[in-house]
Amino acid sequence: MNTLKDKKPGIFARYPAVKHKAIILAALVAIWIAFRCLSPNYLSYTNIMTILLATSVNGILALGVAWTIMTAGIDISIGTVMTFSCICSGLLFTSGLPIVVAIIAGILVGALCGFCNGFMSAKLGLPPMIATLSMQMITKGLSLVFSECKPVYFSDCAWYQKLATGSFLGIKGFYNAIIILLVLAIISYFLFAKTVLGRYTLAIGSNREAARLSGINVDRWLITIYSVCGAYAGVAGLVMSSRLNSAQPALGPGYEMDAIAAAVIGGNSLSGGEGTIGGVIIGALIISSIQNGLRLMQVTTESQSAIIGVVLIIAVAFDQMSKKRKKN
Amino acid sequence: MANEVVRMEAICKEFPGVRALDRVDFSLDAGEVHALVGENGAGKSTLMKVLTGVYKKDSGRILVDGEEVEFPNVKTAMDRGIIMIHQELNLMNHLTAAENIFIGREFRLPGGVVLDQKKQNQKAKELFEKLNVNIDPTVRVGSLSVAQQQMVEIAKALSFDIKVLIMDEPTASLTDDEIEDLFRVIRMLKAEGTAIIHISHRLEELALIADRITVMRDGGYVDTVDAKAVTVDEIIKMMVGREIFVTKQQAKSFEGQPYTLEVEGLNAGPAVKDISFRAHAGEILGFAGLVGAGRTETARAIFGADPHTTGTIKVHGKEVKIATPKDAVKNGIAYLSEDRKRFGLSLPLDVDANISMASMGYFSSGGVINFRKSHENSNRMVKQLAIKTPSLQQLVKFLSGGNQQKVVLAKWLTHNSDILIFDEPTRGIDVGAKSEIYKLMNDLAEQGKTIIVISSELPEIIRCCHRVLVMCEGRITGEVVGDAIDQESIMKYATQRKM
Repeated sequence: MNTLKDKKPGIFARYPAVKHKAIILAALVAIWIAFRCLSPNYLSYTNIMTILLATSVNGILALGVAWTIMTAGIDISIGTVMTFSCICSGLLFTSGLPIVVAIIAGILVGALCGFCNGFMSAKLGLPPMIATLSMQMITKGLSLVFSECKPVYFSDCAWYQKLATGSFLGIKGFYNAIIILLVLAIISYFLFAKTVLGRYTLAIGSNREAARLSGINVDRWLITIYSVCGAYAGVAGLVMSSRLNSAQPALGPGYEMDAIAAAVIGGNSLSGGEGTIGGVIIGALIISSIQNGLRLMQVTTESQSAIIGVVLIIAVAFDQMSKKRKKN
Repeated sequence: MANEVVRMEAICKEFPGVRALDRVDFSLDAGEVHALVGENGAGKSTLMKVLTGVYKKDSGRILVDGEEVEFPNVKTAMDRGIIMIHQELNLMNHLTAAENIFIGREFRLPGGVVLDQKKQNQKAKELFEKLNVNIDPTVRVGSLSVAQQQMVEIAKALSFDIKVLIMDEPTASLTDDEIEDLFRVIRMLKAEGTAIIHISHRLEELALIADRITVMRDGGYVDTVDAKAVTVDEIIKMMVGREIFVTKQQAKSFEGQPYTLEVEGLNAGPAVKDISFRAHAGEILGFAGLVGAGRTETARAIFGADPHTTGTIKVHGKEVKIATPKDAVKNGIAYLSEDRKRFGLSLPLDVDANISMASMGYFSSGGVINFRKSHENSNRMVKQLAIKTPSLQQLVKFLSGGNQQKVVLAKWLTHNSDILIFDEPTRGIDVGAKSEIYKLMNDLAEQGKTIIVISSELPEIIRCCHRVLVMCEGRITGEVVGDAIDQESIMKYATQRKM
């Protein structure tokens, strides 16, 4: 009988997430080796740091959006919320507020956008895709309106640019942006694996009604989760604007899709209840490793995008096929 | 036998590490209703899946009309007129009845592009007329009752050239009237010479419909007997290989004892009308009635899963406001849903996460989970309720139905709920695990918990309850206590429709 067979699953069957992580980690290593063969400089210290730096913004966004995906939701506004929060932060700074206050306010703006997303989806019953689509349009528009379509510069703060591109550890090339990503990943892991927030995120994603009938205030937790996601977008905005030393109002659209791709390659199921933080980071690394390698080989940005698209198909198709095989 | 349509000989099927079928024999005559019974995991479905081409057999022979056949897929079995209706009906809720029947074989207008809706509806109507059921072919299947959906499945089977119809637990969620109607259709098909394989857990009904009964146990063939010549107890004995004693609940008086739950004038939607009742500590109170009588709706309203318009609820003599499940949980009310998988469990999560789900406040401080504490409790629960699981990290979806039900129960016991509402507590659970669940309910009542049982299986109500409230069309129509609890008295109230 099937059920009997299922009672003694192997370690991978019982922990499908572990298996997935092992596979994509192997894929990442394979990608590194392949590009190392194609261009000898690929695995140099400088280039590895460049890859990590390039991973930072997408990685932070992916960590954020993964929270919503794990609840069987989605947030397609993170790209523009990222921009909107650093525009707000920059405008507050140029209007005379201390930089630290402006930075915190920027992150809070992101969290507020997330809060609205959560409110729309939990309380007003909008599908997350629609709620966050409208938020995407709103923040995209407001970024341009508030900034009057001009970049907002942080040049008055001498150390703002250092926030992302300096090295707090004093190691040359080991940018702060990488450290910020690492710290956020660790915080995410902790929240996800060790706290009620993580437990409820999975519970809501795997069976929302059962969670509600267990006495969990699902609406409130969903709002919290979307706020967390928004705050991550705010932090991504900080890193982004620091790297550019300015907030660019037209940036943003497209970033959400890279982040979702990273989360999905990392093993997050769009139907919720599945996923790991480590997987998200590896997923983001895969994307930036490929982009970097292709750039070294003089492939244009446009072609890079097409290739990443194909990688996404391969990753998800592979995952689906291994799931199907397990069923048979 | 002259008119034998299917013969399966020494069928073996192995899955990695498990012998699912071990030299099973099975024979089916034309115009026969052949019941296939056995506990969950006995191999009934596997055998039927081999017959319908879902699985490939490892060895053995299948003969159809005396000719040896191989069914590499479902289509080839269907071509030979062997069709199975699965327990979880395979219908598309958003399509109409007619569209469902002819899915994949749509009628087209000349030219082959535009669908011929009219002809399709006409053909579907003819099929329904033949079955003598009143279903509009143009109605969306999602708005039909389960019994009607089943008729749509039967009509779909009829639309093929059908020789053998396999029905997996067709009566599991039907009311007695609906079952009677289904049996009428089965008898009609039988009279036309169709052979029917009827898989069922409801042993009481077999005498009514089956000609022969084949019993399976642990992947092996036990025996085939004449349905008229055996008693239910004998069948159970063959199924489990041991005797299970069916005992009635001892009559017990709760007079003068305080009430734990008092419901007064509860109204919620069209299905719950003016419900008032009181329950004691240590009492097992049953809610009987036909499907659709409003029992589940009443339970959901008391639990706050659905809103109620009027009415008061008192817990331990104190009036409480219950607007959400959270309020109910806080007041010690627990609801074990009839649909565990949808409403009770997070299947992709592990045993520990499910058991501690309702009590995370207790197992965490400042939002951080104390795993030592939750593991300690889950381990205790696993031991206390004898949950069969290799570890606390086992995902709940890999557990059997009975063990899943115990996990839900563990969740509520962990929360220290003292009013437990069991909605169809043993649906889809095999005979052995059933009696374990009954024993648990008894133990809990003895510990002073209040147990409310909703069940469509009258034997279950009769066996478990100290007192039974009977509902019909959203109202409580009668109360039966102690020794007076029997089939007739319950059915009398259950059909007492208000003029």
